[in-house]
Amino acid sequence: MGNYFKLAALGIIALFAAMAANWGRDAAYIVHAIIILGVSGFMFIRVLRQMEQPAMATPTGYMDDVVRAGVVATTLWGVIGFLVGVIIAFQLAFPQLNFEMLQPYGNFGRLRPLHTSAVIFAFGGNALIMSSFYIVQRTCGARLWGGNLAWFVFWGYNLFIVLAATGYLLGATQSKEYAEPEWYTDMWLTVVWIAFLAVFLGTLFKRQERHIYVANWFLLAFIVTVAMLHVVNNLSIPVSIWGSKSVQIFSGVQDAMVQWWYGHNAVGFFLTAGFLGMMYYFVPKQAGRPVFSYKLSIIHFWALIFLYIWAGPHHLHYTALPDWASTLGMVFSIILWMPSWGGMINGLMTLQGAWDKLRTDPIIRMMVISLAFYGMSTFEGPMMSIRAVNSLSHYTDWTIGHVHSGALGWNGMITFAALYFLTPKLWGRAQMYSMSAINWHFWLATIGIILYAASMWVTGIMEGLMWREVDANGFLVNSFADTVSAKLPMYIVRGLGGVLYLAGGIIMAWNIYMTIRGGVKVTAALGVPAE
Amino acid sequence: METPTLLQQIADNWLLVWMGTFFIGVILWVLRPGSRTQYADTANIPFRNEDRPAPRKDADGVARDTKELQS
Repeated sequence: MGNYFKLAALGIIALFAAMAANWGRDAAYIVHAIIILGVSGFMFIRVLRQMEQPAMATPTGYMDDVVRAGVVATTLWGVIGFLVGVIIAFQLAFPQLNFEMLQPYGNFGRLRPLHTSAVIFAFGGNALIMSSFYIVQRTCGARLWGGNLAWFVFWGYNLFIVLAATGYLLGATQSKEYAEPEWYTDMWLTVVWIAFLAVFLGTLFKRQERHIYVANWFLLAFIVTVAMLHVVNNLSIPVSIWGSKSVQIFSGVQDAMVQWWYGHNAVGFFLTAGFLGMMYYFVPKQAGRPVFSYKLSIIHFWALIFLYIWAGPHHLHYTALPDWASTLGMVFSIILWMPSWGGMINGLMTLQGAWDKLRTDPIIRMMVISLAFYGMSTFEGPMMSIRAVNSLSHYTDWTIGHVHSGALGWNGMITFAALYFLTPKLWGRAQMYSMSAINWHFWLATIGIILYAASMWVTGIMEGLMWREVDANGFLVNSFADTVSAKLPMYIVRGLGGVLYLAGGIIMAWNIYMTIRGGVKVTAALGVPAE
Repeated sequence: METPTLLQQIADNWLLVWMGTFFIGVILWVLRPGSRTQYADTANIPFRNEDRPAPRKDADGVARDTKELQS
């Protein structure tokens, strides 16, 4: 019965997509309609072929195949995202790289959202989904709830990425930073995200442990809050059902406030709470000892979610936003320093009594540098949110450097560590194919980040000072083009930092591929599945 | 300030009061006597059920497989 319903739904979607491909008003919409037509047609045939097959026995044990797919997707998207980042870094240094023959698809303006979405949502998002599926099963002692719904989440999320990425290249964007995808892509993500929430909650409900481990608290906060942020920030009315263009419901300063409430909490709940969930599982596992203070972890959780949600207005200092609102954002950003450092200390001190592993275990080393960068960027962020500092740093490359020390250092490094932890476990290998390659990755990535952050500090502060420099008569000393030409050396250094980081990512992809493919398979002694 | 205005302001701030109380309540709850032993157990959750799901427990808290063995 369920299959007949699925067939009908897929048929209707395919029919609608075919009509949309015909009547679409813009290139992005038509291409998306063709992609959806292809996917729904493929799914239709797939469901049809499975129709009369006998139902398979309910599988037991952990559902790890979807986590394995997530590991592969995270790795691939990571390398793609880093590569696009390197390309646009050199486009900024050498504008000739915006090739005339590739206009408008290959220019900086279209590749930049492709880079940010590829690293945050494709690399980071797949990392979060696969590790939350892994963590929630282990810490609940239960198989994922919902059967193939987890597969729907995986493929649905990656379809969202493909729609978003192709949309940017073809010019479909609603011009909201980190929320660029247009209305139908947003609606699709909402559906996928609710399915994600259902799988996660369903597994929590049937847990065999009495208590919910703290990593799951962070992951649940990440899922719920991102759903809320995504829905509110993307309230828009499509101009036509046959086109990708839509109009925001909020306007003016309200729109700006909603956007940065979304934007900063995307940092707070996607890139922080979600990745802290990973940290609270993978760091204790790799160190072989429980988290330093479980009490601190609970206080960390509640303080973080209570404070982060208010910090958004610090993006709007000296704008039409009322002063009291931006002061509120600034004050909460500064208070936020405390739980952030509480969490960092909790993670680092988990290694108490196991510090020697720092010498021998490159995965632990990655986790430690990741926490160090978490601490550094959560100190830098509150400082930059202070209005006086912000008047110098805002709109300069300092902000870009800050974002990258958080993203490359904290999110990237903890994800690499998680991938190195998971790959041998999921494919039944004793360890990664090459431990010295992990070491290479560690140093390439670390030096890359340092080059990146240092050059952006220099160019950002220089740029801020040049913009505000006035002569004795009160005239501006520098034109905008003066700052651009002064930045060239730092832009080249930044690009080189990106090349090193990308090289580390490629080494990791090779290492993961070799681990999956080769080596002696270690079979764990398994008893009869209990569930 | 007139009383109605004052009361209005207090009423407007009930959410703030509630959130502040909740937050302080959480901290006090975390530091309650006897939490240490319970949290020691919870903190060790990642080191259980590594390879396969835990045996399903019935209402009385005894693992089903164990019960079947006993009977």
